[in-house]
Amino acid sequence: MNDPRYLLAVVSLPFLGSMIAAALPQAGRNWASALAGTIALAGVGLLAAFYPAIAGGEIVRLEAAWLPSLGLQFTLRLDGFTWLFALLVLSMGALVILYARYYMSPKDPVPRFFAFLQAFMGAMLGIVLSGNLIQLAFFWELTSLFSFLLIGYWHHNQAARDGARMALIVTSLGGVCMLIGFLLLGRITGSYDVDTVLAAGSTVRAHGAYLPVLILILLGAFTKSAQVPFHFWLPHAMAAPTPVSAYLHSATMVKAGIFLLILLWPVLSGTESWYLIVTTAGLATLLVGAWSAIFQQDLKGLLAYSTISHLGLITLLLGLGSPLAAVAAIFHTLNHATFKASLFMAAGIIDHETGTRDLRRLSGLARFMPITATLAMVAAAAMAGVPLLNGFLSKEMFLAEALEAHSGTILDAALPILATLASAFSVFYSIRFIHQSFFGPPPVDLPHSPREAPHWMRFPIEILVLACLLVGILPGLTIGPLLALAVGAVLGEQTPAYSLAVWHGFNPPLLMSLIALVGGALAYGRYGARLNAVERSPLIGRLKARRTFEAALAAIIDWARTLQDLLGTTKLQVQLRLLIGTAILVGTLPFLFLDYRPGSQPVALIDPVFALLWTIGSLCAVGAAWQAKFHRLVALSLIGGAGLATCISFIWLSAPDLGLTQLLVEIITLVLLLLGLRWLPLRQPDIWPEARTPWSVRLRRSRDLLLAVSGGIGMAALSYAMMTRPSAPSISRYFVENAYPGGGGANVVNVILVDFRGFDTLGEITVLAIVALTVFTLLRRFRPAPESVELPHQQQRQNDFDRDDEERSHGDTLIHYLFVPRIIMQWLFPVILTFAIYLLMRGHDLPGGGFAGGVTASIAILLLYMAGGTRWVEAHLDIRPLRWISLGLLLAVGTGIAAWIGGYPFLTSHFSYLRIPLIGDIPIASALLFDIGVFAVVVGTTVLILIALAHQSIRSPLKRKGEAERHPSPADGTA
Amino acid sequence: MEIVLSLAIGILTASGLWLLFRPRTFQVILGLSLLSYAVNLFIIAAGRLRTDAPPIVGKGAADPAAYADPVPQALVLTAIVISFATTALLLVVLMASRGLTGTDHVDGEDGEA
Repeated sequence: MNDPRYLLAVVSLPFLGSMIAAALPQAGRNWASALAGTIALAGVGLLAAFYPAIAGGEIVRLEAAWLPSLGLQFTLRLDGFTWLFALLVLSMGALVILYARYYMSPKDPVPRFFAFLQAFMGAMLGIVLSGNLIQLAFFWELTSLFSFLLIGYWHHNQAARDGARMALIVTSLGGVCMLIGFLLLGRITGSYDVDTVLAAGSTVRAHGAYLPVLILILLGAFTKSAQVPFHFWLPHAMAAPTPVSAYLHSATMVKAGIFLLILLWPVLSGTESWYLIVTTAGLATLLVGAWSAIFQQDLKGLLAYSTISHLGLITLLLGLGSPLAAVAAIFHTLNHATFKASLFMAAGIIDHETGTRDLRRLSGLARFMPITATLAMVAAAAMAGVPLLNGFLSKEMFLAEALEAHSGTILDAALPILATLASAFSVFYSIRFIHQSFFGPPPVDLPHSPREAPHWMRFPIEILVLACLLVGILPGLTIGPLLALAVGAVLGEQTPAYSLAVWHGFNPPLLMSLIALVGGALAYGRYGARLNAVERSPLIGRLKARRTFEAALAAIIDWARTLQDLLGTTKLQVQLRLLIGTAILVGTLPFLFLDYRPGSQPVALIDPVFALLWTIGSLCAVGAAWQAKFHRLVALSLIGGAGLATCISFIWLSAPDLGLTQLLVEIITLVLLLLGLRWLPLRQPDIWPEARTPWSVRLRRSRDLLLAVSGGIGMAALSYAMMTRPSAPSISRYFVENAYPGGGGANVVNVILVDFRGFDTLGEITVLAIVALTVFTLLRRFRPAPESVELPHQQQRQNDFDRDDEERSHGDTLIHYLFVPRIIMQWLFPVILTFAIYLLMRGHDLPGGGFAGGVTASIAILLLYMAGGTRWVEAHLDIRPLRWISLGLLLAVGTGIAAWIGGYPFLTSHFSYLRIPLIGDIPIASALLFDIGVFAVVVGTTVLILIALAHQSIRSPLKRKGEAERHPSPADGTA
Repeated sequence: MEIVLSLAIGILTASGLWLLFRPRTFQVILGLSLLSYAVNLFIIAAGRLRTDAPPIVGKGAADPAAYADPVPQALVLTAIVISFATTALLLVVLMASRGLTGTDHVDGEDGEA
């Protein structure tokens, strides 16, 4: 049972549970909680199985390659200390899950809650068990993220959203600092592995970068553990459901900072800077937290500030740097988790049963919920440090450490007094918590009439309170061995002798405890009654950490907005001008600095036909640019002229495949744009009523013309310089040499596409499929502009003609229109389809291939649509473009996967030739199957887009008053 | 030959860019088409101009020097198909935007022509 792989199960099971819980229906409250509880208990069981090995002082490690090129390993590591912490996380988790089952209302989406909670538990375990600092930082940020989601669980609540955002910003900023610290630490020690770093303590402390490392890592720990001045997020996180407060914000997540301090204690502690920074922060937090807790009117607010103060106490202990103080810190971490979680749960019960958490409204609840009251009293007594409870033991150790001299500074001298003072505050607010809510006259005017909570909701509190008592009375028997395990793992040979006995004789720490207890009680007796009138805590209340935070946030957002206003634009034209202008500028700079020269390669003689071709092509291009505004159809035809010239050039320049494909794609694109023309608005030629266009417009046009012309000149110059230079050696050589021997095809371009670079082609057809689906989806919700809805003039005239003549019925003219060509077009369908398949089959050896074939096949279908009209085609032919697309993609991917089965990498091709009488050699290559996939996707995509566009004209237009009656049925037709 | 093709690329680019800066979506689509011709020709030119030497090899070992460069051709073949897809997408976005905003201005609002 000591297989390290079980560690992986400990970390991953909660994430698995989270995913399952996320998939449960909203009403699955019982299932979600049962699953979560089982997983937490299974984790406890797995950890228990590791106990023998851990007790023997062993460190269990699990390693797997993560980013080996960067020297990073995924490491899980379990020693005595992390074992104890993981146990704390899991057992607290189990109790909180049970509690949450009863706390959460069935009206809330409870499975989502458990999904977040378990994911958090997994992330927390990830922090604790990480054997690698980078990995630790990753899980650290995950806990911030899930804490954000959990605090904001009731996202309809403004306070919850604000609190969640504040917690996320503060803790993740700290996390980033910590990551930088880790990176520096990794540079110093040469490894991110925790064990290596732990062994390199003296090197780190002597290194010049020690102070920055220390400060950065402390920033991470302090933000997470809510140390002054970063404490303000914790009270606002109380907007979370109470189980979250009990779990994350008292027992586990806020302890992550403490965990980190303890984990790296052997490396970073023991220097003067550590002592000064950590002790000061801890002491400040202890006092500020305890003082503010006294003045809270919200039950959970009181507990939150008390948590801050206890976290400060632990930090202070760690700052002292002595081994005994470290023992006390670990011990108090456990004790605090026990009593604070139970107090949160009790506060949750009060809130749940009375409907309020306002201390001023609560009173005399002990007679309505006697059991909860008793439990809360014991837990609060542990918080106050009353003897025979666990809180007393660790507080004694703390007071004893406070008395020891550590540095001889003023801090040292003041520590005993301040520690006693803080303990007295703690007694004060503990008494207030209990007295105000459970004693006094019966409450009046509560939202609900109070009663005892269900038994299973109290059960987790009972367990925790029992633990407080057992540890407090019999420390040696209960917590002793576990604590020794953890302490031994952290301190190693430095482990001091310590005693967990309840009675150490009458000594100074006991005296300080008594002073605190009596002083706190007396102070409450004297001032307690006045507190209900206090709005904010005196002295500290003026320090508005939250205000500062919000002001900083608002300032940052303002700056960003100002910058955006200054530098950004939402105008596409301006963006394009800037983009192209920059490109031209950057392209010109090298020529300016390094001189422009045509190459020395001899140029070929100008062929007059080629020159004529491009004279026409250029005229077409310029004409299209000229006419595109007012004469769209003319521009479209001229573009076709330029395209044709391009097409011929491809064939001229030994690229028959390109010529073929370009020609076919030209046809499809033209039809597509023609289909779109109908939905464009009429252009108003006289937009400026004055005779002259304004100067600003002229200026803008000249500027555009200048940009366009300089871009053109630049491209021309660049191409000429390139073409007159010898070409550099390229990978083409390999492709030409291996096309036939390696790919079994004579057409090198096709072999590259379907074989050598098959993966690229797979990506490309996927893009095509996505475009088709996007077009389809956009057009399904398409609503044409109002003035485009009317039938085109031609169709109106046809229909009028049909209506006026008594012998004709609606649609007759359309039927006879171009009758002979239409029949020819229909008859051409099988011919073109055969040609398409021919192009596909021969593609491996001769110009053709899946793209060309696919486009040809869609042209066949397109002609059918043009000849017969949409309704006619769809009554006779069942084209399912979506199916074509999916089958094509499946075929292409399947061909690739088939190579895996043969033991080759993805998309490795196999080929042979099959001799068929009369037809000849047919290449039977797996690449052909792939090409058929390409074919199918291209057919599906093209047809889907065209059909979607064509259907726009036969859809019933958006119903507008009166219009629907005037045009009962728009005529068939595609354009 | 080289000078003719260079000029052709230049003129196609200039016309395409001019249309790209126009405010109406249809003009922008046409501009992109012209630009894609120019770019495709430029890529082919990067393999240098060869006439009568298509990359269809015989059976057996082939001498690379005897054929046109197949790599730019494969690239352009891909580019042709993708530019068809982008044109289709842009056209549909244009139509949708015109239906939604009532104008065919690229910014969806008629500021200036």
